[in-house]
Amino acid sequence: MRKLFRFHGGIHPEQHKEQSSQLSIALAPVPDVLVLSLTQHAGLAAEPVVRVGQRVLKGELLARPGGPVSAAVHAPTSGKIEAIEARAVPNAVARSDWCIVLRPDGADRWGERTPLQLTGANRASLLARLRDFGLVGLGGAAFPSHIKLSLKDDAKIRWLVVNAAECEPYITCDDRLMRERAPELVRGLRLIGELLQPEEIVVGIEDNKPEAAAAMRAAASADQFNIDIVPIPTLYPGGGEKQLIRTLTGIEVAAGHLPLEHGVACFNIATVHAIRRAVDLGEPLIARVLTVTGNVATPRNYEALIGTPMNQLVALAQEQTGTDGYIMGGPMMGFRVAAKDVPVVKATNCIIAIDGKHFRTPPPELPCIRCGTCSVACPADLQPFELYWHTKSHNSARARDYGLADCIECGACSYVCPSKIPLVGYFRRGKSEAAAADRAARAAAQAQERSNWHEQRLQRDAREAELASAALSTAASASSEAIGIKQASVQGALERARARRNEDPATGHKS
Amino acid sequence: MTSPYIAGSSSVSAIMFKLLLALVPGVAAFVWYFGPAILISIGIATVVALVCEALMLLLRRAPLKMFMTDWSAVVTAWLLALSLPPLVPWWLVAIGTAFAIIVAKHLYGGLGSNPFNPAMVGFAVLLIAFPLQSTRWPPPLMLSATRVSFDIMLAYIFPGLVEAPRFLVDAETMATPLDTLRTQLGLEQTIADFSYMPVFGRVGGVGFEMMALCYLLGGLFLLQQRIISWHMPVAFLGGLAALGGALWLLNPGHYASPLFHCAAGGTLLGAFFIVTDPVSGATTPRGKLIFAAGAGVLTYVIRVFGGYADGVAFAVLLMNMMVPLIDAHTQPAVFGRKSRT
Repeated sequence: MRKLFRFHGGIHPEQHKEQSSQLSIALAPVPDVLVLSLTQHAGLAAEPVVRVGQRVLKGELLARPGGPVSAAVHAPTSGKIEAIEARAVPNAVARSDWCIVLRPDGADRWGERTPLQLTGANRASLLARLRDFGLVGLGGAAFPSHIKLSLKDDAKIRWLVVNAAECEPYITCDDRLMRERAPELVRGLRLIGELLQPEEIVVGIEDNKPEAAAAMRAAASADQFNIDIVPIPTLYPGGGEKQLIRTLTGIEVAAGHLPLEHGVACFNIATVHAIRRAVDLGEPLIARVLTVTGNVATPRNYEALIGTPMNQLVALAQEQTGTDGYIMGGPMMGFRVAAKDVPVVKATNCIIAIDGKHFRTPPPELPCIRCGTCSVACPADLQPFELYWHTKSHNSARARDYGLADCIECGACSYVCPSKIPLVGYFRRGKSEAAAADRAARAAAQAQERSNWHEQRLQRDAREAELASAALSTAASASSEAIGIKQASVQGALERARARRNEDPATGHKS
Repeated sequence: MTSPYIAGSSSVSAIMFKLLLALVPGVAAFVWYFGPAILISIGIATVVALVCEALMLLLRRAPLKMFMTDWSAVVTAWLLALSLPPLVPWWLVAIGTAFAIIVAKHLYGGLGSNPFNPAMVGFAVLLIAFPLQSTRWPPPLMLSATRVSFDIMLAYIFPGLVEAPRFLVDAETMATPLDTLRTQLGLEQTIADFSYMPVFGRVGGVGFEMMALCYLLGGLFLLQQRIISWHMPVAFLGGLAALGGALWLLNPGHYASPLFHCAAGGTLLGAFFIVTDPVSGATTPRGKLIFAAGAGVLTYVIRVFGGYADGVAFAVLLMNMMVPLIDAHTQPAVFGRKSRT
C-alpha cells in the first residue's frame, strides 16, 4: 500500500456524477461549422498559417505557437477556411477573440499522419511532438504540455504523476475514458514512460470511481506494465495538480516553481490519451471527451471535435426547458458563458445546462464574521477572510502579503462561507488589480528611469559647454606652445558642443 | 457572478441558532437553581436587543430583514443576561443590552466589525456603572432561608412597577462562592477553614457547578457541530488551570484548586460561548491558542489579585485588544512556502 499524504483543508460537495457516468461516450457528429479559437491555451495566442478560402485536410496545421508558451491549432476535419475573425469564445471574462472558422467538406479526409519513431527518441523528441501537435493540459487549465517537460539541465524525473482524480462535481469524462479506453491509456503511459524514464508511474483516482480504477488495473496487468493505480480520498480539490502531487508523493511544490523541479512530471489522464494519439498515430489534438449534463434529458459524455458549437452538444443531450444559462467546466471552477454558440475549446471538460432548480441564485452576501471556516477549508493554507478584507478594499499590497498569488481559485472558501460571500470572485478581481498595479508600477519606473537619463544628459551637456567656454578663454590668453594635446581634446569637446547647439532649434544659434 | 456556482448549507443564522440551542441546558440549570427570574431577564434583553438592532439598522440604512434574521443580536442578549445575576432590575438589563448592541456592535460597523465582544462590553459597563446591582447574586433556591416566590422576583425585576411584598429585604442576596473565597481569604483564613461552607457545593459552588456542567454540554455540541474549534476552550481552561494549578500546588491553603476555578463563576460559559466569539477573537490556529490562554490567565489574575470577583469579561476585552497583533504574528505558512516533505 502506498502511503498517502494529506493536504490541508478540502470540502465534500455533492457529487452529481452518477447522472452522466452511466452511458458510454458517444461520438458527436461533425457540425456545420467549426470555430477554432487562437487563444484556447494558457500563454500567447497562436499565429494563423492559413488564408481565408484555403482548403485544409484533417489534422493540418492552422496556427503555429505564438511564442515559447503557446500551442498550435490544427484542423479538426477537412474543409475550407471560411474566415479568420473575432468571435465569441468561452472565456471567464466573456469576450470575443480571434478565431479560425472552418467549413467542413464532409469528407473528413486526413492529411499525412506520422507516428513518432521511438528508436532513438527521448525526452526532447516527446517535447517537440507535444509542442507541434497542439497538446495542452486537458484537465481545465490548458497549460501547454511541452512546458511541463522543459527543464534546462535535463533533471531526472522521479515520478510520473497521472491526474485522474476528477474531483469536480458533475464531470465524468475522465471516468468514462478510463472505463472504456483503459488499454489505450496504459499504452500511452508506457510510451511516456519510455521517453521520460521515470522511476515510478502513479495514477491518482478519487475513490468514488472504483470502476475506472478497476479497468485501469486490468489493462495494466494485461499489458504487464508496472504502474501504481492509487485510489485517493474523494476530497475536493484533490485533483488540483499541487494537491495531487502532495497526496501521492508528499512533495509540496514550492510556490512559483514547476513540479518538474521537484522531479515530478504531472499529466491529466485525458492528456495522456491525447499524447498517445499524437505519438502512436500521429494525430494532433483535434477532439476531446467532455461531459454534457445538468438540465438535459440524457446527460452523458461526448467525444467532440474542438471547435464544435456548444449548443449543438447541448441539443444532442436533449436540453430541457427552463435552462437559463450554461457553465463551461465544473460548478466549482467553471464559468458561465454568455453566448450559446461558443465553441468547445481544448480545455472544455464539461458543459452544464443550469436552471433555477439545480443552481439557485445565491442569497445576499452578509458581512464576514471571521469564523475562519474558509481557512479550515483552504487547500493552499491561506486565510481567505483576511484576503477578503484586503481585496474588498482594493489593497493589493496587503493582499499580496497574505498570499493572494498562491490562491488556486478552487472555490472551497466560497463554498463553505456561512455569510455566502463570493470570496473567489473578490480574489480574481484582486489578482487582476494587482497585475494592473504591477504594470503601472513598471511603467512608472521606466518613466522615472527615462527622466533620470534625460536629466543626466542635460547636465552633461551643460558641463561640456562650460568646459568649452572655459577652454576658449584659456586658449585666447595662453601661448600657442601651451595648447598641445590638451587643447586638441578641448577643441574636440568644443566642436561637439557647437554641433549639438546647431542641432538644437531652441537655441536658434547657427554657425 | 463567478464560480463556484454551488454552496454548502451553512449560514450565519444557522450558526447563531445553534449557539442559542447550545445555551438551553445552561439556561435550564439556571432556572433550576435560581428560579425562573432569569427567563424574564433573557426576555427583556432579547426584546431590547432586537429593538436596538432594528433602530440601528434603520439609522445605518442597512437591509432590515436580512440582518434581523441572523439571530446575532439575540445571542448577544442571552450571553449578557446569563452573565448577570437573576434578580437585577429590568433597566439594568436594558442599559447593558442597549449599550452592547448600539455602541459595541453597530457604532463599530455592525455584524462582523466589532473589535470587542458586545455582550462583554455591555456587562463591563454594568460592572463599572452599577457594581452593586450587577454582582449581587441571590442564594441558590435550596440554600435560601426564605421561599422566594415569583412575585418577589417580579418585585426585584420591576421595582416600582410591581408592588413589593412587605418583607422584601436585601437579605435575599448572598455571597457567591468566588465572593466568599475572596472575603474569607481577606480575613486571614485558610481555605481548609471555610471550605465546609455549604455555598461551595461539590467543586465550584452550589448551582454554579451544575450550570458549568450544562455549559460544557452545550460547548461539546458546538464542537461536534464544528461551530467552534477546540483551540479556544482548551487554551482558555488550560491557561486558567495552569496558573491556578501552579499557585495551588505552592500554597493550597491560600489558593483554590484549579478545578474550583474552572467550575466557578462564568468560566465555562466563557470558555465555550464568550472566548469563542469569532468576530472579536483571534483567527489563526496559533493565535486562537494565545488569545484564549491569555484570557484564561487574565481571568485568574483578575479573580485572585484584582478587584473583581470574576474576571472573564475584562480578560476577554483585554485580549480583544491584542487580536490584531496576535493575528499578524501567527499567520500560518502558505502551501508551497514551507518545507514539509
